[in-house]
Amino acid sequence: MKSMMTRLLAVLCLLWAPAGLAAGGGNERLDSAYIDLANKRSLRRGAHTFVNYCLSCHEASFMRYERMAEDLGIDSETLKQNMMFATDKPGELMTVNMSDQDAKTWFGVVPPDLSLTARSRGPDWIYTYLRGFYRDESTTTGWNNTLYSNVAMPHVLYEWQGERKANYEMSADGAKVLASFEQLSPGTMSTKQYDSAIRDLTNFMVYLAEPAKLVRYRIGFWVMGFMLVFAALSYALKKEYWRDIH
Amino acid sequence: MTDEVNSGRRRLLTTVTTGVGLAGAVALAVPLVASMKPSARARAAGAPVEVEIDDLAPGQMKVVEWRGKPVWILRRTEEMLQEMESNIGQLSDPDSEVAEQQPAYAQNEHRSIRPDVLVVLGVCTHLGCAPSKAFDKGRASGLGEDWVGGFFCPCHGSTFDFSGRVYKNVPAPTNLVVPPHSYISENRIVIGVDETEATA
Amino acid sequence: MSLLNWIDDRFPLTKVWNEHMAQYYAPKNFNVWYFFGALSLVVLVLQIVTGIILTMHYKPDVDLAFASVEYIMRDVPAGWFVRYLHGVGASMFFLVVYLHMFRAMLYGSHRKPRELIWLLGMVIYVALMAEAFFGYLLPWGNMSYWGAQVIISLFGAIPVIGEPLAEWIRGDFVVSDATLTRFFAFHVILLPLLLALLVYLHIVALHKVGSNNPDGVEIKKNKDKDGNPVDGIPFHPYYTVKDTFGVAVFMTIFLGIVFFVPELGGWFLEKDNFAPADILQTPPDIVPLWYLTPYYSILRAVTFEWLPGGAKLWGVIAMGAAIVMFFFLPWLDRAKVRSIRYRGWMYKTALTLFAVTFVMLGYLGTKNPGHVDLFLFKNVVWAQIGLVVYFAFFLLMPIYTRFDPTKPEPDRVG
Repeated sequence: MKSMMTRLLAVLCLLWAPAGLAAGGGNERLDSAYIDLANKRSLRRGAHTFVNYCLSCHEASFMRYERMAEDLGIDSETLKQNMMFATDKPGELMTVNMSDQDAKTWFGVVPPDLSLTARSRGPDWIYTYLRGFYRDESTTTGWNNTLYSNVAMPHVLYEWQGERKANYEMSADGAKVLASFEQLSPGTMSTKQYDSAIRDLTNFMVYLAEPAKLVRYRIGFWVMGFMLVFAALSYALKKEYWRDIH
Repeated sequence: MTDEVNSGRRRLLTTVTTGVGLAGAVALAVPLVASMKPSARARAAGAPVEVEIDDLAPGQMKVVEWRGKPVWILRRTEEMLQEMESNIGQLSDPDSEVAEQQPAYAQNEHRSIRPDVLVVLGVCTHLGCAPSKAFDKGRASGLGEDWVGGFFCPCHGSTFDFSGRVYKNVPAPTNLVVPPHSYISENRIVIGVDETEATA
Repeated sequence: MSLLNWIDDRFPLTKVWNEHMAQYYAPKNFNVWYFFGALSLVVLVLQIVTGIILTMHYKPDVDLAFASVEYIMRDVPAGWFVRYLHGVGASMFFLVVYLHMFRAMLYGSHRKPRELIWLLGMVIYVALMAEAFFGYLLPWGNMSYWGAQVIISLFGAIPVIGEPLAEWIRGDFVVSDATLTRFFAFHVILLPLLLALLVYLHIVALHKVGSNNPDGVEIKKNKDKDGNPVDGIPFHPYYTVKDTFGVAVFMTIFLGIVFFVPELGGWFLEKDNFAPADILQTPPDIVPLWYLTPYYSILRAVTFEWLPGGAKLWGVIAMGAAIVMFFFLPWLDRAKVRSIRYRGWMYKTALTLFAVTFVMLGYLGTKNPGHVDLFLFKNVVWAQIGLVVYFAFFLLMPIYTRFDPTKPEPDRVG
């Protein structure tokens, strides 16, 4: 009875084997960003980069300065002196004073809010994107990006990475494939240092997208412990009462 | 075949399991109930407000908003302070004995930290209207010959002196509320932060 | 005079307690499949409680909705916990309900005299799908918007009345603020009230007839000298205590997901929905959440433009028919026995095929029809095969259940 259905089920499930082998969606190759939310120093470095380079055009309009400082271990003096340029109230949201209309006029598009980018695009995407800029005279900004063709954003961190050229070549099936980067002029950071800085920034953006992530694993651990105890107790109780039944 | 029902064991297991289960249910309920507490947005909106008073001349009053209410900051003249004393007999609570209406450091005759600067909520203690300034003395004020100056609430006619103290025989029962406040510098007041907190 | 007596004189409290708990006899042989009804009730209560809390902070306005969800996630104390409970809860609700429905099909709980319980359950299922659909628009993410746009436009495919109907549903010419506010009303008040009523009726109908069991045997046929079924046991304390254990295990899994993987890799919370609705930017793949994908698959499987009225119309008809098929189950099933334990190879094969097909259709509903994600054929071809198997399960049932070589059903529970 059961074995017949189980056998049939097993045979049908073989159909799924290729599905398991097939790669997931997404035709872009993304580099892995090593995210470690327990590393508060990395998060603080990322926060400083974010506030100094990103917050001038992009908003993080769902995050409050105060919350960020509290979660990352930034004291209120540092926060007020070094990280708050648009307001003097730490309880405020991290918004930008540029209107949508002005942004459209100056950039052609409103720079998207970055609060949730790590959840909608993923940390690997951000990490790859910020390390994919190269010089391109044919665009309005003079920059282009390997992940996001003809992006309206210039290479804000070019001082760190320096200027590079991208060498593309044609692959076997006629697609344009990136062959190599060529450094045109050096930046203030080596490749390793730049990658590390971007990794810190990506780390911060993962925190920015979900501050609760800092606490939910910890609380979850205790909750699981409790639930296992309760499950064991309720099982013992069930067994005890069901001794009556034959 | 059947074991005797060990009712002692049964009772113990039931009690322990129910107890643990209830503890779990409470633990689940706590965050759900806590979600109704003021959010970070509410706390940010109710955050302390800093006010500069170097541009406040004697006899002038500034109004700022704190926690959705008007806060009056009045730089009292010598005249105002002196004339206040003459009226003590007509006041309901001249010594500010009702403790809820002001912090300990404002429980004096000028109801403030500095005698010349009054910081008080512009909310009538009767039913919450905003009283108006009645700085003119005597008949010109429309409040009678004896009026030495203060505040008048148009809603039901309550009157207060230059320290926000309520007169007798008016609808308002208590003196105007003095909010927690402190001086971060000679001319900078922060409303919402007590002196003790500020110096801590 | 005790408090209980005072109440009993004015309200049938003890009577109801006895009739439906302490002296309500249920078969003693319930197995693991029998947990899911009680678990459905637990999840319903959880969704209502977390839903009420979310409603305290959520703003049903196109300019404020998305931000209000982030406000809940960040500024409201424990708001993230409430939000994850509700979102994970929605998926868990369907998981539990599907397993509950499958139990019925395994043991013949849809058959006489329980047809009405089955019908009420099916109405609950449809109401639940509507509740999920309305709720999904509320965060006003990009997938919320485009998903709603696509599904409502399906109604536009109905000939003659389609367009005016779609406009009436939307309250506008496109999905807009008017749509959002009415979906809020449906999701928060209309459907929860309806669901509560239907669940009540479902349980009343159940208690009138009594539960089925894995052997499909009617326990009321054999009663002892007290008039109680010999193969039955009082629901309280035996099933209250057993269900408590079931709830403990279920909540362990549920809370594990909430605390560690609330998005479940995009299956419970889609990536595209972390970006606000953008009328100029359609997501590359518009798919509903996993629990609606089997029907979405059937919709997209009908690609034959030569059909009179076009493929879109027939896709909508097929999708609707797929849900309607379930309603006829009690009358399509002509077997001589109730439970799968005594049925022949025909029903066993059919049900296994149906279950696998349902899951396959669900999987394909999340993928691009033009890709090859399974084996050899394009996804759309597998979906078409799935569609045929799905309908064959129902339409051929009167035949294969009649000729199925069944075993004799026992008199007493195994």
